[in-house]
Amino acid sequence: MIEIENVHKSFGALQVLKGINLTVDKGEVVSVIGGSGSGKSTLLTCINGLEPIQQGRILVDGTEVHAKSTDLNKLRRKIGIVFQQFNAFPHLTVMENVTLAPRKVKGMSKRDAEEIAVKQLSHVGLGDKLKVYPSRLSGGQQQRMAIARALAMSPDYILFDEVTSALDPQLVGEVLDTLKLLADDGMTMICVTHEMHFAREVSDRVAFFNKGVMEEIGSPKQIFESPQNEETQKFLSNVR
Amino acid sequence: MFETSLTLNDLMFMLKGAGVTLLITAFAVVGGTVMGLAFGVIRTQIKPWMAIPLTFLLDVFRSVPLLIQLILANAFQAIAGLGLSPFVTSCIVLSLYTSAYCTEIVRGAIEAVPMVTRRAARSLGMTWGQDMTQIVFPMALRVALPSWIGLTLGVMKDSALVMWLGIFELLKSSQTLITRLQEPMFILLVTGAIYFMLSFPIARLGGRLEKRWQEND
Repeated sequence: MIEIENVHKSFGALQVLKGINLTVDKGEVVSVIGGSGSGKSTLLTCINGLEPIQQGRILVDGTEVHAKSTDLNKLRRKIGIVFQQFNAFPHLTVMENVTLAPRKVKGMSKRDAEEIAVKQLSHVGLGDKLKVYPSRLSGGQQQRMAIARALAMSPDYILFDEVTSALDPQLVGEVLDTLKLLADDGMTMICVTHEMHFAREVSDRVAFFNKGVMEEIGSPKQIFESPQNEETQKFLSNVR
Repeated sequence: MFETSLTLNDLMFMLKGAGVTLLITAFAVVGGTVMGLAFGVIRTQIKPWMAIPLTFLLDVFRSVPLLIQLILANAFQAIAGLGLSPFVTSCIVLSLYTSAYCTEIVRGAIEAVPMVTRRAARSLGMTWGQDMTQIVFPMALRVALPSWIGLTLGVMKDSALVMWLGIFELLKSSQTLITRLQEPMFILLVTGAIYFMLSFPIARLGGRLEKRWQEND
């Protein structure tokens, strides 16, 4: 379970998150929608401790992420994150990209790690690209590799930060299909997304962020069909 | 017909000098690279104001002409009674001189690794050390190599200045022969050719590595 309690986050004078409260249960898929600069991506980087917070706390399975005593490297093993930019390791093959963390972080043997990598890469449809370097992959393929890389650590949670935003429109579908597959498998996911169809179809709950505040959260049906908040209504009427 | 008084023995004398040039260059480049690597990593890790003393010191080594550094260092070690041979003094000065340039190369190359790539590594649970060895260094190496090769070739030629401390390296050997044989054009031509033969393999090695990496990246 991920518990976010009254989280405040600022970059210098700029307040990005202004008291966020959100609990995500095991197996749940929560989509976060909202305009640029609403703080939704920042929330994800706070959850896995890449960014410090100024107030409040975030608990992952009861462990406080920003506590001094928390071993972040250990905690991050169970929180995968996939970013908007593909972030492939360009000097490693697809296979090496995926096996690196299991081998170095979990101390897995090369053989075991490769077995997992093959499984995960086949899962995302890259089973035939094992020996290829990332530069030879399309954006969609690189993003799917990044997903397989996160999955290879067998995380309990995965955070998706606008994973389709940097892709050409024709490549968005293949990545979203991969996410759907994961959701069907029962993975706990928080997806920051601009894909309203995806949010509506896949999520258990949808949260709307505006200027660092979570204005509204509810079932996809409720958010998309009868939003209560004025800002939510405005946002949705603009993106439709 | 072309005639020269340069004998095989004289040529051997020059090659011996070339050996000294190569040895001093090797010490300077290895020492300078190790220090440059350490200083470069430190530079990227600490706050800019904390790096000021280090940066200032390295700026001194980059700004003061190498010849002055060599002569001052040699005089200083004599006054201080350190008893260092000119060869050792030369190696130390050239190492520091190389490290000053290498630090900037290392710093630039590390900073060229996108922050987002490093975040991706850390988000997978990798420690700072694992991020550095597995991601940053391999990626930075590709950025740094051309400049580092340039630095190495530069140091090899700059090492000729150690002759002012009385070391018989390649250039000093050729100077001696010029004085004796009075054939400056021919001897300098041979000297240049030897310098070229020393440099060429290093330049080619760099080119080959770059090409191999380009095929992948």
